[in-house]
Formats: sequence, structure tokens, C-alpha cells
Amino acid sequence: MNILVCVKQIPDPATPGELTAEHTLKREAKLILDESDSFGVEMALQLVDKAGGGDVTLISVAPNGEVSGLRTALAMGAAKAVLVSDPSLSGSDSLSTAKVIAKAVERVGDADLLLTATESTDGYTGTIPAQVAELLDWPSLTFAKQVTIADGKVTIQRQTEAGYDVVEASLPAVVSVTAGVVEPRYPSFKGIMAAKNKPVDAVKPADLGLADDQVGWAGARQKITSVEQAPERQAGEKIEDDGTAFEAVVAYLEKLKVV
Amino acid sequence: MKILVFAEADNGAPVTSTLELLTKARALGDVEAAYVGSDVDAVAAAVGEYGATKLYTADSQGSLVGVVGASLIAAVIAVGQPDLVLFAQTYDGRDAVGRLSARIDRPVLTNGYSVTVDGDSVSIGAQVFGGRVLVETQFTGPTPHLAAIRPKSFVAEPSGGAAATIEQVDLGETGRSTEAKVLDHHVEEREGPKLEEATIVVSGGRGIGSAESYGPLVDELAQLLKGASGASRAIVDAGWVPYSKQVGQTGKTVKPKLYIALGISGATQHLVGMKGSDNIIAINKDAEAPIFSVADLGVVGDVQKVVPKLIEALKAKS
Ligand SMILES: Cc1cc2nc3c(=O)[nH]c(=O)nc-3n(C[C@H](O)[C@H](O)[C@H](O)COP(=O)(O)OP(=O)(O)OC[C@H]3O[C@@H](n4cnc5c(N)ncnc54)[C@H](O)[C@@H]3O)c2cc1C
Ligand SMILES: Nc1ncnc2c1ncn2[C@@H]1O[C@H](COP(=O)(O)O)[C@@H](O)[C@H]1O
Repeated sequence: MNILVCVKQIPDPATPGELTAEHTLKREAKLILDESDSFGVEMALQLVDKAGGGDVTLISVAPNGEVSGLRTALAMGAAKAVLVSDPSLSGSDSLSTAKVIAKAVERVGDADLLLTATESTDGYTGTIPAQVAELLDWPSLTFAKQVTIADGKVTIQRQTEAGYDVVEASLPAVVSVTAGVVEPRYPSFKGIMAAKNKPVDAVKPADLGLADDQVGWAGARQKITSVEQAPERQAGEKIEDDGTAFEAVVAYLEKLKVV
Repeated sequence: MKILVFAEADNGAPVTSTLELLTKARALGDVEAAYVGSDVDAVAAAVGEYGATKLYTADSQGSLVGVVGASLIAAVIAVGQPDLVLFAQTYDGRDAVGRLSARIDRPVLTNGYSVTVDGDSVSIGAQVFGGRVLVETQFTGPTPHLAAIRPKSFVAEPSGGAAATIEQVDLGETGRSTEAKVLDHHVEEREGPKLEEATIVVSGGRGIGSAESYGPLVDELAQLLKGASGASRAIVDAGWVPYSKQVGQTGKTVKPKLYIALGISGATQHLVGMKGSDNIIAINKDAEAPIFSVADLGVVGDVQKVVPKLIEALKAKS
């Protein structure tokens, strides 16, 4: 069982996001593994384990040659990684990124499954899993909260508004997993040491047969026309509970005529 | 401007996010809809009432509705080029717009809360960084333009139009995309109004302390007020309540008349899903909690003490 996992490397979400003068996300500080993708990495490791053999290969796309997020996922137990990196990727939209990921999947070859998160923490466009699947002509099983593989088929519980649906497809397929689908392991010390020597295949879009105008700002076919701060909501009254604050709440509900 | 809306329905009734898109679209141009599923006559009547003149449709044949939707819309585009195709940012809407974007090689703008048309140009407004910053993006490539809009961005209002004319569409080659089959539906029990449609929402966060407190504090208060109960992501991820209750960036957007936040800190990703509420009450024991910056009435206190007294008082009144 060979499983590929998309891992995005992002600025630490704890620090407030900012846009550059070119309207791309600022990525100057060290990038880290998007926590959303740690679920895919863990899921892949468990599925390969259950299948009794195979490899977990990571795919990451980044304008700079960042690997620290990849090293975290390698330390969790992935075998190797493909990093597609080039300044021309700056400003890539979801479709351009999906094109790069699809080409990287073909470069690795021989995969049974591609796992992604449902949306990235910094960009959250949430369309890349379906786009990559379409480019590869693979089925896409999205919003999985449970994944099982048997007899050349993948079956998921797909989150819905009402509960969940059971969805099944033959392999190879793309599956996007929701947060919490499995409990990601912490990299062990041994894992961290081993990760330093695991192979990272660093390539450029051109090596994958993608022209410069298919990626980055050129490929995005959109332009940002305005960026402004959202209007702030004003805070109202704030009271300290002295045992009677519930009365103020009741009075407020009465004023709104909801009780 | 010719606009096509990807319509979704539940038991023959279009979902609210579809009606919102139709309402917006008819103010911008001529509207048609594309729909995958059963009860086609009922859906055609309902989308017509909100301004769509035509309903293109196909059967899902057991495949995922969004995936089939992409093929349906690709077939519609091949004969009658729309300028803009709108999707709601829902599970199936995201499947449909993602697959279609790759199929016809057009970029897609997502998380939209506004659509602006100026002559031939179309821009989409989106909130980034948890709603702190508003960004307008204009399509610069060839049509059709594709956009996914967050539910609750527009108010649905009927126009009183006649039923849309139904056109059954032959999907042609769908490749391996339709190999993903839906084998079974599981419905989780729910009482009272839907979260997105309730006029009062009571949400609980990690500050309620445990999964066991959700019923007596959050559900009970919501029921007394005839509202719906919601949650922060922290307690969804902890498995205290199902994902369908999550409010925020990766959950639902709600705009009720009144939102009550119990033990929720008010992270930007939570605020973006509820700060459009008309009135907000927050109860949190940390006076510095960011939720107070958006609350019309803030109570600095322990939910375990304040909420039971509140529930008693409300029960005594009714
Ligand atoms: C990409 C991304 C997407 C996200 N999407 C969402 C989303 O859709 N929705 C969402 O909610 N979050 C989302 N989050 C998570 C968000 O950042 C916060 O982590 C989350 O909202 C915190 O939930 P909370 O307020 O319940 O928990 P906490 O932040 O832990 O806050 C608990 C609060 O309870 C208070 N408290 C504790 N005990 C009591 C008591 N006895 N009485 C009263 N108050 C008490 C504390 O003072 C504290 O303020 C997202 C995060 C990321 C990175
Ligand atoms: N630059 C990237 N490198 C690798 N994987 C990515 C990248 N961008 C997005 N993905 C994957 O696609 C998912 C959806 O991304 P998005 O459409 O940006 O919300 C992410 O959670 C990742 O799993």
C-alpha cells in the first residue's frame, strides 16, 4: 500500500497573518507543518501499517525551499518527500497549486491513495482535493471522518449536514480528512534524528512539465483590487457576576422580547 | 450577465444557501440553476419562485451530488456559456466547484461574502485572517467565472416567479469521478430549529468544563429559548458534540437575532462565524476574554453558577 500525503507548510497560525505588498501571505518566518495535515500523515501511517507494508510519501508545494514542516512529518514516520519549490510559485491560486500537486503525484507514480486535509489553515480555499482528483481522473471522497481500506477499495464516513454518508470507491483515489479523524503521534527523538537523512526530492515546476504561466500570479487569472480592515463590532456593557448577574441577562432577554 | 447557480436540495426543498444565491443572482442578471437529485418538479417550482427561469438537471445515480454536479455544469457550459457560476460553500458545493474548475481550467474564488458586477467585470469579496481583513478580488481571465459563497452572505427573498423550465441533461463522459458511490446515509437526531436558521443560538465552549455539562447548560438554555445549540471547535475536536454544531470559520456561519456564548474565549476563527448576530451575550470567567469585545452584554462569571440560575429564572417565568 503506497500512500501519498499532501502537507502544506505554513506560517505559525498563532501569529496574526499579514499580506505582502504583492497581496500574498507573508511567509518570512520559519514555516511549520499545517496541523490539519498532521491528521493525513497519521492516517497514512496507520493505513500502511494495517496493510502490512508500503510507503508514505509526502508532497509539499512552497515558493521558497522550506523543509522544516516536511521534517516534522518525516519524523512522524513518512519515508520520503517531494518538495516542489520555486519563486515562480508565489501567488499561486488553488487550481495552479492543484496542477503542481497532480504532476508531483504522477512523478512519484504507483500510488494507491492521496490524502489531503479538507482545507489548509492559512488559505482555506478547500477546493484542492477535488481539483487534484479531477486532474488525475481519480474519484474524490471528501470530508472523511473515518477511512478504511479493503479489497482494493476505500470506504469513508463523509461528514454531512445531517450526520454522515458511507462513501466507497476503487483505488487509486483522493481522500480529504477532517481534523480529529485520528490522533496524530508526536515525533519520537529517534524519529527526529532519522528524519534528517530521509530523501527529499526537490523539483521545480518546469521539471514537472509546467510552464511558468501556469503557476503563480500569471496562472491565477485574478487580481486583488482592494484590501481593507473589517469594521469592528462595538463592545457593550460588561458586568461582574456577584450572584445576581443572571437577572441582568433576564432583563436583556425581556428587552429583546425573546422571553 | 448570465448567471448559473448550483442548486442543492433536501427532500425536494432547496436549502437556504441556494435561495440566498438565487436572490443575489437575480439582482445581478439572468439566472438559471443546475441541480442533481430527485424531486425535480418541486425543486423547479421553488427555484422559479426565487428567480431562476431554467433548471438543468441530471440524476446522481448513487454518486456524490457535487461530483455529478461538476459534470452537469460542464455540459451546460458547453452549450450556453454563462458568465458566472455560483456555488454555496457547502460540502457538495465545494466538491462541485473544485472538480469543475479543474475540468474547464478556470480559477475559483472561495469563501466569498459579496459578489459585485460592473459591466463585464466580476469581483468577489472575502474575509481573511478570521474576518479581520476584507479582500476584493476580480477575475481577469475568460468566462465562465467560478465562485463559492459562504452561506448567510445574502438574505433569501422570493420574487414570486413561475416554476423554472426543466431540462434533462446528458452528462456524457464522467471518467472515474462518478466511481465514488454513496452506500448509506446516517442521520443524527436533532431537536428544535436548524442551527443556521434559528433566531436564537446558544453555544458552548471549553469553559463549560466537560461533555456532561453540555446538556444541562447549553441544550437546556437553547430549548427554553426555542433556539438551537452550537459549539466552538475546541469541544467538537474534543468529541463532546458532533461537528454539525460547530460555529466559525471551518463550521457554520450564523446570524441569529441573539447569540449566547458560554465559556467561549472568542478566537478570531470563532468570531467570524457569529459576529454578524444582531445581539450577543457572553458569559466567561476571564474578564480579558476577546469574546467580550463583540458582546452587547458581557457577564464576567462562572457558567456553572450563572447559567443554572438563569435557567431557573426563565423556567419560573414560563
Ligand atoms: C484554521 C482554523 C480554523 C478554526 N475554525 C474554528 C471554528 O470554525 N470555530 C471555532 O470555534 N474555532 C475554530 N478554530 C479554533 C479557535 O482558534 C479556538 O481554538 C477555539 O475557538 C477555542 O474554543 P473555546 O473558546 O471553546 O476554548 P478556549 O479558547 O480554551 O476558551 C475557553 C474559555 O472558557 C473560559 N472558561 C473556563 N472555565 C469557565 C467557567 N467555569 N465559566 C466561564 N468561562 C469559563 C475561559 O476563560 C476561556 O476563555 C479554528 C482554528 C484554526 C487554526
Ligand atoms: N502548498 C501546498 N502543498 C501541499 N499540500 C497543499 C498545499 N496547499 C494545499 N494543500 C493540500 O490541500 C488541502 C486543501 O488546501 P486549500 O484548498 O488551500 O484549503 C490542504 O489542507 C493540504 O492538504
